[in-house]
Amino acid sequence: MLVLGHRTSEWCGVAPALEEDIALANIALDLIGQAKLWLEYAGEVEDAERTANTLAFRRDFYDFRNLLMLELPNEDYARTIIRHFLFDAFQVPWLEALAASSDETISSIGQKTVKEANYHLERSQDTVVALGDGTEESNTRMQKALHDLWPYAGEMFQDDEIDRMMQGESIAPLPSSMKKAWELRVERVFNDAFLILPDSDFSHSGGRQGIRHTEHLGHMLASMQFLQRAYPGASW
Amino acid sequence: MTVSEEWPLWEIFIRGQHGMSHRHVGSLHAVDAEHAIKNARDVYTRRNEGVSIWVVEASNISASSPSNKGPLFDPSRDKVYRHPTFYDLPDEAGNM
Repeated sequence: MLVLGHRTSEWCGVAPALEEDIALANIALDLIGQAKLWLEYAGEVEDAERTANTLAFRRDFYDFRNLLMLELPNEDYARTIIRHFLFDAFQVPWLEALAASSDETISSIGQKTVKEANYHLERSQDTVVALGDGTEESNTRMQKALHDLWPYAGEMFQDDEIDRMMQGESIAPLPSSMKKAWELRVERVFNDAFLILPDSDFSHSGGRQGIRHTEHLGHMLASMQFLQRAYPGASW
Repeated sequence: MTVSEEWPLWEIFIRGQHGMSHRHVGSLHAVDAEHAIKNARDVYTRRNEGVSIWVVEASNISASSPSNKGPLFDPSRDKVYRHPTFYDLPDEAGNM
């Protein structure tokens, strides 16, 4: 969420239209705000005196646990929109499920953030259809973006040890249990958008476990973390 | 082609938390009414300004002509008796 939030913030000032620019900046702020809630709680659970700020700005890339899809560069507006849609379509039912978590803090973060996620999804879904069913160029760009990102989407639904543990304690459902509904939604929306789903089940993996990251994350962190690295502890 | 040539202009009206009616807050570009409402939400209500949004395509608004200002508005200037300042309003009447 932090990673996607930062990527989204990179559009600030350079998005294709003023209205889109402000909308994306709002979404970036939502995501960074959500990340703050999760990281604060992670720091609390870890109990090693690491704050949300330390976790965000003082970890190196190999300590990051995020979906590889979210760290890829924005490239163009098509890729940004496709990425948001693929992610939002997972995020909404996921946060709804977390809202029913046996863990009180997770449940309250889920309830709070799902409202934002719903709006993000509404927006990204509409934009996918608008650009897919737009001009020849917008359709070509969207199709290419979908083709580029598809091999990263499957990582959202890969269960690992921690997922199984959390499911066992009714903290969170298995990510794989979200896949069917997600597929139905994206198929329907891409159909409306005249975009063709790539015919491949292959998926990159390992970002959520920190086993691997793409070459892009380190570069992103270099600019995101610059201030806290150069002036540790700096505050407003 | 720039965005402003492609997307029509919309006038945005927002009703605030305690506002009695929608007020014009500005304008923006959008492809259709639904898109305009979304954009208005992002551009004009991000600081918790509103509870309701109206959008109207700017070309659908008819305006009085500035050169017609004299005949339209001057005659009402000296008709002080049209203001309800000579009455005591009962509290039950509420907002007027």
